[in-house]
Amino acid sequence: MKQIKQSFFDLFQQLSDGLLDDEILLANALAEDSDFVQMNYGKIRNAGSVHQIQISLRLILENRQASAQFNIGGNEKDDLNRANHVIESLRNQIRVSPKDPFLLINTEIHNSELIATDSFSETHLIIEEIISSSKGLDLVGLFSNGIIYRGFANSLGQRNWHSRSSFNFDWSCYIHTDKAVKSRYSDFNWNSERFLAKIETIHKQLEFLSKTALTINPDNYRVYLAPAAVSELMMTLAWQGFGAKNHKTQQTPLQKLASGQVNLHSGVSLFENNADGLIPGFTHNGFKKPPLVTLIDKGQLCDMLINSRSASEYNLSVNADIEIPESLDFLAGDLARSDVFRKLDTGLYINNLWYSNFSDMNQCAITGMTRFACFLVENGQIKAPINPLRFDDSLFNILGNNLEAISIDREWILDTDTYERRSLASMRLPGLLIDNLKFTL
Amino acid sequence: MRLVNQRRQTISMRQSIFEPIANFYSQGAYISVSDGNGTGYAATSDTSRSGLKKAIQRAQNWANDNSRFQLISPTTLPRPKLSGQYHSPIAQPWDSIDLETKLEEMRKIDQRLNIHDVIVDWWVVFYSCQSEIIFVTPDIELQQSFSYLTPYLGAVANNGRETQKRTFGIETGSQSGYESILNADLGYRAKIIAEQSLALLEAPNCPGGNKDLLLMPSQMILQIHESIGHPLELDRILGDERNYAGTSFVTLDMFGKYKYGSNLLNISFNPNQPQQIASYQYDDEGSPAKREFLIKDGILLRPLGGITSQSRAGLSGVATSRSCDWNRPPIDRMANINLEPGETSFNDMVASIENGILMDTNRSWSIDDSRNKFQFGCELGRIIKDGELRGIIKNPNYRGISSDFWRNLKSVGDPASFAVLSVPTCGKGEPNQAIRVGHASPACVFADTDIFGGGE
Repeated sequence: MKQIKQSFFDLFQQLSDGLLDDEILLANALAEDSDFVQMNYGKIRNAGSVHQIQISLRLILENRQASAQFNIGGNEKDDLNRANHVIESLRNQIRVSPKDPFLLINTEIHNSELIATDSFSETHLIIEEIISSSKGLDLVGLFSNGIIYRGFANSLGQRNWHSRSSFNFDWSCYIHTDKAVKSRYSDFNWNSERFLAKIETIHKQLEFLSKTALTINPDNYRVYLAPAAVSELMMTLAWQGFGAKNHKTQQTPLQKLASGQVNLHSGVSLFENNADGLIPGFTHNGFKKPPLVTLIDKGQLCDMLINSRSASEYNLSVNADIEIPESLDFLAGDLARSDVFRKLDTGLYINNLWYSNFSDMNQCAITGMTRFACFLVENGQIKAPINPLRFDDSLFNILGNNLEAISIDREWILDTDTYERRSLASMRLPGLLIDNLKFTL
Repeated sequence: MRLVNQRRQTISMRQSIFEPIANFYSQGAYISVSDGNGTGYAATSDTSRSGLKKAIQRAQNWANDNSRFQLISPTTLPRPKLSGQYHSPIAQPWDSIDLETKLEEMRKIDQRLNIHDVIVDWWVVFYSCQSEIIFVTPDIELQQSFSYLTPYLGAVANNGRETQKRTFGIETGSQSGYESILNADLGYRAKIIAEQSLALLEAPNCPGGNKDLLLMPSQMILQIHESIGHPLELDRILGDERNYAGTSFVTLDMFGKYKYGSNLLNISFNPNQPQQIASYQYDDEGSPAKREFLIKDGILLRPLGGITSQSRAGLSGVATSRSCDWNRPPIDRMANINLEPGETSFNDMVASIENGILMDTNRSWSIDDSRNKFQFGCELGRIIKDGELRGIIKNPNYRGISSDFWRNLKSVGDPASFAVLSVPTCGKGEPNQAIRVGHASPACVFADTDIFGGGE
């Protein structure tokens, strides 16, 4: 842990010492020591480790800039040579690059350090426990475990470090074909009792799922979306919903909300909760993030997410690293867990949605599929699992007039995304009771 | 062991302002160790002798720890025996052109996009990537190098009531050098999409109903990708992807007899298509790749799966075990999956349609986890009435079920409408991987398709 941190800061200091007059250098470290175990049919399909240290350098001179990301291996001399080679190439590019009118970096120094202190069992011991505890189950999924590092340094003297050790077990248990119960278990320390409780829940849900599945006709249905299903809608909205650049260029799906043509339910409040999330509190340009950004307040559009480029272009203050929420927080409502089925009465209980996309961004209309364990509920009782259905409806309806209740309980969903590297993003979401969700196929 | 050295560069201009040049260098090693019944891997950015030794030891430890629980015994897997090389065909290497020339080219394109006050956003981007891969086993040594280039243009128009967008280029990514930028006539393309973004603001909404659907190659590639490519991936069929990317409505017993589409449907795996983005000589398990039909005259023949999956399934497949970088294991992927041209000219296709819609350039895609129920939307549509192309329409969408849809394929364009294109990022795998995939297709007509416009 110390080794990567010290290697990064030592390397940066040497690069900083070699800068020419008026040059400014910014650097980010993105590193991980992660184990990945892919499972299928309750066995190991593929297992291994990834050790990667990526350094990102941004060289600035007289309002011109260029950046490069590269790997280092840990050998001080080799790493310095590689970094110096990169800087020289950035110098060459800057010489012919036009001035960047929207260049903005942080010049107020604020240092910070968050060091992972959690310790947990080695991956292969956890895998043994998973396999022995799930005997008889057709379990498929990915167990990721390890330490994630993020760092920042600039030649003005700022130093930030952020490391987290965590595991993320994202798995499902199948009965047949596409009928399965999906589960997640993510935390800093592995707890056998908590895992066994999840296995117990899976067994119960599989009992419901073993009934003959019904094919439901496309129509409008009353639904309860569990938090994992809500996360699919929020991820789709997050693409372009809240960024300053999207708003300023009229490319947000929330244009009608922004212009006051529609309103959302007064219970809908969304925040970028940097304080409670897992991501670093600093941006890749060295800005300190505010603890909380209110995106939607009681149904009304509030603040945008503003990165340094938008801040410069539109004369705003930086409040985000990227203009997509990374720690989205949906305020809880008043629907008790024990009341969900009674309030749903007759309709669909949807655990997971999948593969959502905008079908008409001007109307904030999203289409997507039900997936995993979804059920027809009649008179507050589960009647049968259902086959996959396609929905296509506007979020202005789903989070507007058709939203009946928001659950008290919220689920903290850690992003399982591992494209290029393990994600630190998360969402804290309630379930939603919705009337008249439109299904089309 | 697979050693990867990759260099990417993105230069971009947005709203007539050059954005910072972004360079990306990735170098690392992927090491897989099989020992008895166990297999494990370790990937590292430390490619020094000591770094590689550590990685080998980590992979060995995994092999030892896993042997009791391994789904597939490595002792049952065949091992490729053929060494060789592959290099992308390029005329003008990206790095041989100076930066000023590239920036000047972008300036010219930018000027063709910003043609009216209602255009609120526009951009020009050139993505380049060069990658060298050395693959070594105790039996073989492979060297492959790739050069990729993708332009991307966009124009966004807003009239105070709504926003419409037209793009070009992201689907034209190829294995090429700078010559593909010069040959693409991007200035002309910029002018067209800027004008079309304005026209879409004034266009009527796409009319709904069951009609004939004429898909241009820029949408055909998504249709092929989602409802043929993914369902044929053998690891999905074998269940590996059920927790993430999903399963498949295709089952092992369907190969050799299942009627996937009409007799006009011919789908090939073609790793030898010149300059197509996913051309190669060997996959990342070391298997030599050659052209094969996956679907012939509508009949399903072969899955997309490398030697590991082929061995598990007891089926012959094609060499499509691929990884996105040094830090991920190879998995079954699409590569160049192409719909072979037919015999009908574009004009004859239009003339044959009494009441239909033409759709161009994908903008929305969604399909269920078995790859059956899909819905796609396009940037631009045109009405076809009584055998004639009529006006532009906005928000064209269609939906269907894969098997029904491909059986309704009623006309396949001739080589004149055949376009060699690509999907720049296809996401799949646990851990996740995004990879380039090639698709080529002519324009095609589908009967009796559920078509609809934007929602209120």
